Order: sequence, then C-alpha cells, then structure tokens
Amino acid sequence: MKKLLALVLALVMMMGATAAFAEDLVLTIGHIGPQTGPAAVYGLATYRGAQIAADEITAADNGITVVLLNEDDAHDAEKAITAYNTEMDKGAQMIVGTTTTAPCIAVGAKAFEERVFMLTPSASSTDVTADKDNVYQLCFTDPNQGSASAAVINERKLGTKIAVIYNNADAYSTGIYQTFVEKAAELQMEIVSTTTFTDETTDYSVQVAAAKDAGADLVFLPIYYTPASQILIAANTIGYAPVFFGVDGMDGILTLEGFDTSLAEGVMLLTPFVADAKDDATVNFVTKYNDLYGETPNQFAADAYDCVYALVAAAQLAGVTSDAAAEDVCDPMIAAFQQLQITGLTGAMTWSANGEVDKVPTAMVIRNGVYVGLDN
Amino acid sequence: MAFLSNLVNGISLGSIYAMIALGYTMVYGIAKMLNFAHGDVIMVGAYLAFCAAQYWGMPPLVALLIAMVACTVLGMTIEKLAYAPLRQATSLAVLITAIGMSYLLQNTALLIWGANPKVFPDLIGLDSLQLFGGELVIKGATLVTIAANIVIMVVLTLFINRTRMGKAMRCVSEDRGAAELMGINVNRTISATFAIGSCLAAVAGFLLCSSYPMLQPTTGSMPGIKAFTAAVFGGIGSIPGAMIGGILLGVIEILGKAYVSTELGDAIVFAVLIIVLLVRPTGLLGKVQREKV
Repeated sequence: MKKLLALVLALVMMMGATAAFAEDLVLTIGHIGPQTGPAAVYGLATYRGAQIAADEITAADNGITVVLLNEDDAHDAEKAITAYNTEMDKGAQMIVGTTTTAPCIAVGAKAFEERVFMLTPSASSTDVTADKDNVYQLCFTDPNQGSASAAVINERKLGTKIAVIYNNADAYSTGIYQTFVEKAAELQMEIVSTTTFTDETTDYSVQVAAAKDAGADLVFLPIYYTPASQILIAANTIGYAPVFFGVDGMDGILTLEGFDTSLAEGVMLLTPFVADAKDDATVNFVTKYNDLYGETPNQFAADAYDCVYALVAAAQLAGVTSDAAAEDVCDPMIAAFQQLQITGLTGAMTWSANGEVDKVPTAMVIRNGVYVGLDN
Repeated sequence: MAFLSNLVNGISLGSIYAMIALGYTMVYGIAKMLNFAHGDVIMVGAYLAFCAAQYWGMPPLVALLIAMVACTVLGMTIEKLAYAPLRQATSLAVLITAIGMSYLLQNTALLIWGANPKVFPDLIGLDSLQLFGGELVIKGATLVTIAANIVIMVVLTLFINRTRMGKAMRCVSEDRGAAELMGINVNRTISATFAIGSCLAAVAGFLLCSSYPMLQPTTGSMPGIKAFTAAVFGGIGSIPGAMIGGILLGVIEILGKAYVSTELGDAIVFAVLIIVLLVRPTGLLGKVQREKV
C-alpha cells in the first residue's frame, strides 16, 4: 500500500513539475535578413527591431523567454536557404523573416514543404504569400499601397491632374503603379503623364519636364527614396513645385547623406510607422533603438518589432510549448493568426486567410524636416 | 521651347558621356585594350572629391585636384599590377581582367563608403542660366562640363600631335613591335596613357556627380557603358570622335525618351548605334584601316 501511495505521489509530483514547465515558455525564433551587401540597411534594421522586442518580452518576467537566432542572407536567395537550414538545425520553432522579397519567396517555398511558420516584417510582394498557407506578412502588400494612395489623394483632393513616375525595372514599383492606376480609373481621377525610369537611369529631366508640361499639380512617386531625391532635385532645377506623393519607399529621404532636406518640404507619403510619433510605445522604442544603435529606427525596425510581439501572442493562443517541434507548431500558429488582433507600433492589425495583413496606412507630410500626420 | 529644353538636357547628358568617352578612347587608341574599369575609376574620383570637400573641408578646386592626383596614381597602379603582366597575353585575358578590376573597385568602395547612397554637394557653385523668362534653364554644371570638354579635347589633341610623348603614343598605337625596335619604351608609354586616362576619369567623376548628384558604388558603371558606346559610335581611338559621339548619344537618348517613350530610351540609343555600325563599321570619325595582303 505504502509503495502504491509513493508511486501515486511521485506521479502527481511529476505532473505538477511538467505543468510548471508548460507555464514557462521558451520560444525560439529565427531571424533571417541581409546584414551585408547593398540591402544591409534593411536586414540590420529588422534584426535590431526584433532583438529589442525579444529582450523586452524576456525582461518583462511573464514566464516567457524569447531566444532570437540571427543569420545573414545578403539579399541572396541561395544564402537565405542556407541561413534557414542553419537556424532549423539550431532548433528554431518559427521564422521572423526574411526581410527582402526574393529570398523570402525562396525560403517560403522550402518552409512550406517542411511546415515551418514564417512571418515577414517587410517582404511586400504578393508572391511572398501566394499559394503558401504558412507565410504571413506584417507589412502592406504592394497592391494595397497603390490603391490606398489613390484613395487618399482623391478623398483629400490633394491634386486634380496627376503625373506618375515609376521604375519599370522594379517589381515593387510596378506593382504599386498598377493598382494605383486601377483605383484611379475607378475613382475617375485624371492621370496626365506617366513616365518610367530604370535602376540605371542617370538623368531624370525628361520625366520631370513631361509632368510639368502636362500641367500636373501632383506627382505620384511609387519608388524608393534614392531616385526620388534625384527627381526632387531635377524639379527644383526647372522651378517646378507640384505636390509630391510617395509610398513607404520614400522613407529614408530625410536621412540621405548630403541631401538638401528643404527640397523634401511638403512631400507626402503613406507609411505605417513614424519615428516622431508621440505615443508612449513609439517613444520607448525609438529611445531604446537610439541608445543601442545610435540611429533613429525606420519602419523596417518597427515592423520587425511588431512581428516578434505578434508571434509571441499567437504562440500563446496556439498553446505552443518550449520543446514543440517547428512542424507541430505550424498549423496551430496559422489558426491562431486567423484570430489574432494586435496593436503594435505600426497600428492595429488582423490577418486574412491568405496571410496578408489588414491595417490602416497613415498619410504623412514632411514639414520642417520631420514627418507629421496630414491632419496635424 | 520644350524641344529646346530637351535639346539642352541632351547636350548636358551628352557632354558627360563625352568626357568619359575621352578616357576610353585614349586607352583603347594607344594600348589597344578596353579598360572596363574606367567607369569605376570615375566613381572612385567622385568619392574622393566628395570626401575632400565634405569631410575634410577642402575648397572645390583642391578637392578636384586631390581626386585627380589620387586617380592618376590608382590608374597607374592598376595598369602595373593587373594589365602590364598580361602584355603578351590574348586580348580576351586582358578584357576579363579589366572586368574583374571593375568589380574589385566597386566592392572595395562598398566596404569603405558603405551601401547607402550619398548626394553630391554642389561644388561648382555656378548659378543656372535662365533664358526666355525662365522657360529654358541651363545648369551651371552643364556649362562648365562643355567648356571642360572643349579645353581637354584641344589640349589632348595638341599633346598627341606636338609632344615627344605624344609621338611615342602614336607609334605604340600604330605598331607596338616596331615602336619597341625603334627604342620607344612601350611600357612607360602605356603607363603614361593610363595616367592621363585616369586623371580624366577623376574630372569626369567630379562633373558627372555635379550634374547628377547621386553617389554610390555603382555610380560609374552605367555611364561608363554608355560612354564606351559613345566612343565606338564616334570611332574608337579618335579624340574628336569621342566628343561628337558622346554628345550625339546624350541628345538621342533624351529626345528618344521625350518624344518616343521613356521605356524605350535606352533601346533607341543602342538601335542607333547598331545602324551606325552597319553603315560605318569604324564609327563616325574612325579611321579605315586597309589590310595589305
């Protein structure tokens, strides 16, 4: 009898111990992004943003520890696959990444086969999530930005005659352009000039002159900030000053070395995150980032920060345990993301069944060298 | 007026191509090799001028001089280390080496100056010329580039035709073996050619970035290729040919973009090149060389 009692007691204690372990969650997340090469600025930002979130969650002492693994993919699809394999070998349960689109498509396909859950902070092409139920996006998709821009321009009557200058050698730019045009046609907006350039273009005088000659009072620039700076300079040379309206790629123009930021005065853009916002969460994040890395975080860092919080919240909903294998976590995580509602630095978010995020873009304008809300 | 404005923009772009093409054509004409790293020496020159003016606080002219001296040394070093050992090798080996050198320079620049682009400051400081009540704007940098082109073209032509070194260069260009037999130091002559070509590259980098102020490790590559096209267009090896080819190429590119399609601008440029080469295989001002059988 005593023996039996001892056995039962031992069993009870063991179960208690397991239960106690289950409460303490150690979540292993792998980050992949370019930290060398021409796209390094984006991968470093997502890694740093994710690390700050991981440290915050662990330090909060809620019984959750986030272990963040990190690998560099140099914005290269093959290197990204190697990075992914390395992290899976080290015991990653899910992936935050990859930062850029082309590697994300490659890693997404492999992760789909192996059933590993991925949440990308910034790969914005629709190809990233297409036909893969395990890949989720936290950034806007490219089409979303185009139609949202057209809607904002129309709603607020920012311009009546619109010119578009876009990069027809770039999937990001072309994707936004196409949905912009569709939405503009639907809203019966007048597009008076459409011109293109490529990554190799040196001279933008033709594009700017075409917009000016067509009498455009608003120029839509669904492009990155580097060519945008050249377009602003070219417009200034010929004394052309319409409203310039950009998308999230415009973010970075104020920190471009040597650029006369007075040329960017009045430039409008749609972006989910503004480092100058005054809410506590943003101020806290920006201060920490500045202290640690000596610079102001961009939207990529903010997106990655939100990613880690979203993954932890979903993991709790899905009942993920510390020792669960990645392939066992995947389906519960997908189900959890369908229910998840979370508010982060980049706004309130929910996810659709195809993995795209639903959040509201904010229209911003550059005044006195800083972004302020269009309503301020 | 829109046409005139486009024409001016075309000449502005073309004068930059012409400046770069002068360097290509010098080296090709004398050393008989395509120095594909030329565009990247331009980029290095632009970065050095940027650093001198922006970080070390030098006046623009001193910044330009620093870039010129540094690029001359760089060009001679590249020639000594990479091209001179291949003097007897096939031209294909030299070509591949030049492409390798181009990547080496680009990636070194990436290491030193980083991937983030920089906007080149306005070092020329000459106000734009406003004509017809502001309808036609000519950038100060354009005026300086055109003037610099003419001066350099004249000086180079005089140098080649009137000096001892120039004579030696013409000899090496005509027949390297015979020149050597006549007691001309071929290695020194080719080295001097590279020195001049690289010095011109620094000036071209300075002017390129003054007109189109975007500086990144790949800044020199596309203008370099276009300028090479311009040199072939004008007749490679001919100094006035490079000048004319460059300006024509710039004008065709801009007018093509303005009146046909911005998407087809570059296609038009290269289509014109193909047509010119079909009609005149040696380019506009190229010398026809008769082969004696």
